[in-house]
Amino acid sequence: MSALVEVRDLTVRFPSEAGTVEAVRGVSLDVRAGEVLGIVGESGSGKTVMSLSVIGLLPDTATVSGSIRFGGRDLLALDDAEMSRLRGSEIAMVFQDPLSALNPVHTIGRQIAEALLIHQDIPREAAAKRAVELLEVVGIPRPDERAQSYPHEFSGGMRQRVMIALAIANQPKVILADEPTTALDVTVQAQILDVLRTARDMTGAAVVLVTHDLGVVAGIADRVAIMYAGKVVEVGPVADVYAAPAMPYTIGLLGSIPRVDGAAGDRLASIPGAPPSPVALPPGCAFAPRCPAAEPRCADAPPPLAPIAPDRAIACVRGPEIAALRRDGRLFVETPRHATRGAAADGVAVEVRGLRKTFPLLKGSVLRRRVGSVHAVDGVDLTLRAGRSLALVGESGCGKTTTLLEILNLVAPEAGTIAVLGRDVATLSPAERLQMRRDLQIVFQDPFASLDPRLPIGDAIAEPLRTFGVPREEQDARVHELLELVGLQREQASKYPSEFSGGQRQRIAIARALALHPKVLALDEPVSALDVSVRAGVLNLLAELQEKLSLSYLFVSHDLAVVQRVADDIAVMYLGGIVEAGPVAEVFARPRHPYTQALLSAVPIPDPAVERGRSRIILQGDLPSPASPPSGCRFHTRCHVRATLAPDVAARCASERPALSPLGSGTVACHAPLG
Amino acid sequence: MTTVEAAGAAPASPAGDERLSRARLIRRRFLRNKLALFGLGTIVTMFFFAFVSPYFAPWNYYENDFTALLQGPSASHWFGTTQIGVDVFAQTMRGLQKSLIIGILVAIFSTGLSALVGSFAGYAQGRADRVTMWIVDLLLVLPSFLVLVLLSRFYQTRNWLFLVVGLTVLDWMITARVVRGLAMSLRERDFVRAARYMGVPTRTIIVRHLLPNMASILIIAATLNVAGAILAETGLSYLGFGVQAPDVSLGTLIAEGTASALTYPWLFMFAGGILILTVLAFSFIGDGIRDAFDPGSSRIGRRSP
Repeated sequence: MSALVEVRDLTVRFPSEAGTVEAVRGVSLDVRAGEVLGIVGESGSGKTVMSLSVIGLLPDTATVSGSIRFGGRDLLALDDAEMSRLRGSEIAMVFQDPLSALNPVHTIGRQIAEALLIHQDIPREAAAKRAVELLEVVGIPRPDERAQSYPHEFSGGMRQRVMIALAIANQPKVILADEPTTALDVTVQAQILDVLRTARDMTGAAVVLVTHDLGVVAGIADRVAIMYAGKVVEVGPVADVYAAPAMPYTIGLLGSIPRVDGAAGDRLASIPGAPPSPVALPPGCAFAPRCPAAEPRCADAPPPLAPIAPDRAIACVRGPEIAALRRDGRLFVETPRHATRGAAADGVAVEVRGLRKTFPLLKGSVLRRRVGSVHAVDGVDLTLRAGRSLALVGESGCGKTTTLLEILNLVAPEAGTIAVLGRDVATLSPAERLQMRRDLQIVFQDPFASLDPRLPIGDAIAEPLRTFGVPREEQDARVHELLELVGLQREQASKYPSEFSGGQRQRIAIARALALHPKVLALDEPVSALDVSVRAGVLNLLAELQEKLSLSYLFVSHDLAVVQRVADDIAVMYLGGIVEAGPVAEVFARPRHPYTQALLSAVPIPDPAVERGRSRIILQGDLPSPASPPSGCRFHTRCHVRATLAPDVAARCASERPALSPLGSGTVACHAPLG
Repeated sequence: MTTVEAAGAAPASPAGDERLSRARLIRRRFLRNKLALFGLGTIVTMFFFAFVSPYFAPWNYYENDFTALLQGPSASHWFGTTQIGVDVFAQTMRGLQKSLIIGILVAIFSTGLSALVGSFAGYAQGRADRVTMWIVDLLLVLPSFLVLVLLSRFYQTRNWLFLVVGLTVLDWMITARVVRGLAMSLRERDFVRAARYMGVPTRTIIVRHLLPNMASILIIAATLNVAGAILAETGLSYLGFGVQAPDVSLGTLIAEGTASALTYPWLFMFAGGILILTVLAFSFIGDGIRDAFDPGSSRIGRRSP
């Protein structure tokens, strides 16, 4: 197969206050006609910069060397006018954030027509007609009407469809998609990946998919290139790379991502340390400081990308030896858990019954009147048993974080009851409420936001101790103890948060939450803001702490693979209500509610063989607005099971809200006869 | 621009003290800004002459040189003399002293007041916020100049410090609104929420978390407020409602000099020039600090993706 785009020895540098950032360091890569090439890397690995240099959209401050050959020309030598002729017609791009990539003051139809008119000499009416056709191709319902709408009238998933329509408008030869599904929910992600496949089949274009998600690549890509610290460290056909990764980083990465179909309970393999700073890269192999197979010679010079098999290459001086090490199980292995999980004491840590929380929709600037309500949480029942972890899962906007914050507020809710450690929070006096805060602590999603940037981490960890009047000497001792408990050094107490990596900061946040020996820990998406290679370390720490300190976890997440690893029980939320609850093993093995089934099937599995072989349920449409939720069962507008039901049952779905009723060892809220 | 950056950019050690390295970055950005440096140099010079020159200048403001009445600038009288033979340089420096002190005091007090009120209102929200903002709006619609003119009847006979109080009370509202906005956004940041869920009292959260995190904005506001306060004070003094004799300020000097502005220009020219230069210098410094704290607001220091 001939190469369509040939990237040779591409190097991109940026000046920065801290020194020169080497974003891309000598990358050579081919994109072949009609293939889907996945470029996988963590944040800062240079994957986005590389794709931007192909389309000529790097900022002016960048220093670029090397060559990018496309259609017999070197793209780096073209000036902006020549590049503009190629952009959109031969090479198209789909960005991560479709809202900022669309012009908010023009209609969708006009923007697509414009893209056509720039590169093709066709009458305006024909362009408008073609725009509607394109919208139909990418699955926008009622395309002729929707073409008259503005970007803000579309949901995130719909906007990304529009972006794809724009990208394929001129039949490009290459489509660059930079994290096209990262900002979307899993069920919508599944739809968009489907559209991307359709677009590829229709235009025959090569698709370069830049992502951090190995699961997405497994499902759609033909070949994959793994990037680390500005270099390609492994490249090859997807099936081969996933089945037998050959570069230690790839092995670690594949071992450290939780899978929905994985063995529950085992500790994940974790890569120690964090990716290097792009201004202070080690002289040799950038991965050597984190590599269990590193040898002294690894630090001498960066290893070149050398072929190890037909069509496969890795950048590692130990080359073929690594494969043998991997087969012997000497690199990044999962360790089974020692203690059995969920065997903890009886008793209930948190009990929620019929919780409701509505936010008023206000209108008017002088006299603000209520014009409606957002039903963020509407009738939620939860039970977290002592010593276990309960995961609350659902897509964004389903009310899971609101539920968590309502519990943490420790005040009487709008409706329903919340009991923490056997006490109804509505009956607490202010002094008792303060004491209860000792037992209930929280770890937030984003460790960059949850630590005060102006407070040394020692002081941050000591803050709860200070609040509860612990003497100064005891504070210091406890801070040191906590730092060691979460795997940091006591000497680091006087440093500031910005000196730590994301994973380390999350450990600091966990240490702060544990300072007062709490009994219940609320975890709000604790790993979703972290890089893939450090997630496993934090998840393992959480599991270890739970065993050691017999904590109860209330875990909020949208990532089902993570939930499968850490939780004992699961509660699936959809639009403010629980649709299914039960033990994790049971729910994952036999999801009963149609929404749970769809959610599980939408999670990409990082294994091409499994991912491509399984049948999946792709839901229609987006999450309805919680300001005007559907009548009856909230899910009935998107339900794939409803069509198969008897007419009288289907009518009940639209009129009557199903209650949670026991089924198997869990509970399900559905009218359909589930088995 | 790129070359300057590359040459001036030392590789930061990853283990260095964050606060130091951040301070160093800000200082480097500030020193790269020529206008801000000019402003800083001007202010330092102004302070030096205003407070130190009485010890070495040939004449003092209370001395009269009866051999030189209404003379132009000369080696002995650098800025010339007045009708009764007072040295204009000495007089101007004395006026500058007062204007600088008043300007800086008003800026510090009003910024402090706005920080407290604004952060409390923004953090507390609800009724406390509405009442505070209602007062702020009320004070904003009051014609502050007229209020000060009316109040001047009261402080005319007393100390000039009352003028500082008056200017402060009518100068803090706009900064307070900015601070309130910042406090409202910081309030929703996770580290503040974490502190709240730990049971940290409101007072402590404001002092420990909110104020340090808006320190940069407060420093910028204070610097820019100095310029505004000096202008307000000189304006009032010019019209006779500000600093009262025997105290002098740049405003009163300009007022005295305007009558003979065309015939004996040195009587008001120097005071006017120094006023313009001082206000300009404070504005340049304020802008320079803002750009140094927030590289996004300037063309220098573009960040790489």
